[in-house]
Amino acid sequence: MIEISHVNKWYGPTFQVLKDCTTSVAKGEVVVVCGPSGSGKSTLIKCVNALEPFQEGQIILDGIKVNDPKTDLPKLRARVGMVFQHFELFPHLRIIENLCLAQEKVLGRSHGEAVAKGEKLLERVGLTVQANKYPAELSGGQQQRVAIARALAMDPIAMLFDEPTSALDPEMISEVLDVMVDLAHEGMTMMVVTHEMGFASKVANRVIFMDRGEIVEDALKTDFFGSPRSERAQKFLSKILSH
Amino acid sequence: MNYNWNWHIFFEPNPTGAGTYLDMLVSGLLLTIKTALLAWIIALIFGTIIGILRSLPSKTASWVGFGYVEFFRNMPLLVQLFLWFFVLPELLPRAAGLWMKQLPNAPFWTAAIGVGLFMSARVAVQLAAGIASLPRGQKQAATALGLTTAQGYRYVLLPMAFRIIMPPLTSEFLNTVKNTSVAITIGLIELTGQARAMQEFSFQVFEAFTAATVMYLAINIIVVTGMRFLERSLAIPGYITGK
Repeated sequence: MIEISHVNKWYGPTFQVLKDCTTSVAKGEVVVVCGPSGSGKSTLIKCVNALEPFQEGQIILDGIKVNDPKTDLPKLRARVGMVFQHFELFPHLRIIENLCLAQEKVLGRSHGEAVAKGEKLLERVGLTVQANKYPAELSGGQQQRVAIARALAMDPIAMLFDEPTSALDPEMISEVLDVMVDLAHEGMTMMVVTHEMGFASKVANRVIFMDRGEIVEDALKTDFFGSPRSERAQKFLSKILSH
Repeated sequence: MNYNWNWHIFFEPNPTGAGTYLDMLVSGLLLTIKTALLAWIIALIFGTIIGILRSLPSKTASWVGFGYVEFFRNMPLLVQLFLWFFVLPELLPRAAGLWMKQLPNAPFWTAAIGVGLFMSARVAVQLAAGIASLPRGQKQAATALGLTTAQGYRYVLLPMAFRIIMPPLTSEFLNTVKNTSVAITIGLIELTGQARAMQEFSFQVFEAFTAATVMYLAINIIVVTGMRFLERSLAIPGYITGK
């Protein structure tokens, strides 16, 4: 589904943020990307739907080359859902309007169709009552669930999560993770940048560990948590699992 | 000081034979309003286009925006009006220049366009600042949903940016109204022009300019009230500018 091969990316002439990254996510697979901050994991996931350009290598998404100038990027992006650290709901639109905007403007669905789809997804994330509120009137956890629903409204073939729980208060993390776990169980293809190792050990198929722009480890979940091969991954794990 | 106050002067016939002195001032007031409204519309349209150009990642676009803004904001308004009114017709091919000079209401069109372009540079800078003040993730979220750049601006960035810059835009609208008085120098007999004419005919300088001041004040109170009302009706519940 997602094929990342030999991707190199620089900021400016000298600062390399991604170094020869190669990996893939198969259909229905859940891959967790972790690593210390500044390791390039958010950058990598943003390269997948071309939110960030990269200079070398290639990424192929459902058979379509992302970094081909001929690719219709808006059309391709519409097929991949993305969830951001800071939710990024549109503050001037009601919750239901947030869910409808891209359905109508990008997919060309009628307003009625879009609203019906939006309401169904709000029910799924348990926020039916909030449909007519504005984002600023919701808690962080609720906003992030809306953001997931907004991405799902586009009927995506895969979902990208960029630290979806990092900006949340601890008591709100589980309500978001629950939605993500359900999605994973339904067979959604997911690439998730997160520090939630509980989530990783519960639903991930594979774990990718990144450090200083490199993919240091790309292993099955059991291998990664059981016996990480690299010293850097061992150190990282011992640090975040020590509490 | 030996000055004969005469507040009844407004109801005395003016020497042009068309009504009273008050009628003179009111016709000036109407012309001021007409000029200011047209100038403001021009300022908003061009300001929006240039503001957007300045916020785009493209180097060419931001250079065009930069050049435009610096051209229109670094020259005194008076000089700009002279340039459009006296110099431009001479620079054009003879036929075109002649056509411009013979335009009916040339001072009106020159003033509205001249003041409009001058103000558009200021609107552009504010709009660009408003767009820049939005979280970067907003544009990314719009892009990730498959919205094109134009759709992202139309449905996501501009509605928020304009809400944010509403208070400074109110000031710019007021400045537009006041700046139309400069057009007296190219022969536009607007409110200031009529007040001066009244003073020359009647020697009641204080009454004439008191009335003009009150009329400017009245227009601007209406502008401020209208903009406040607009600001409130667009406020987003739960958001900073909301309640």
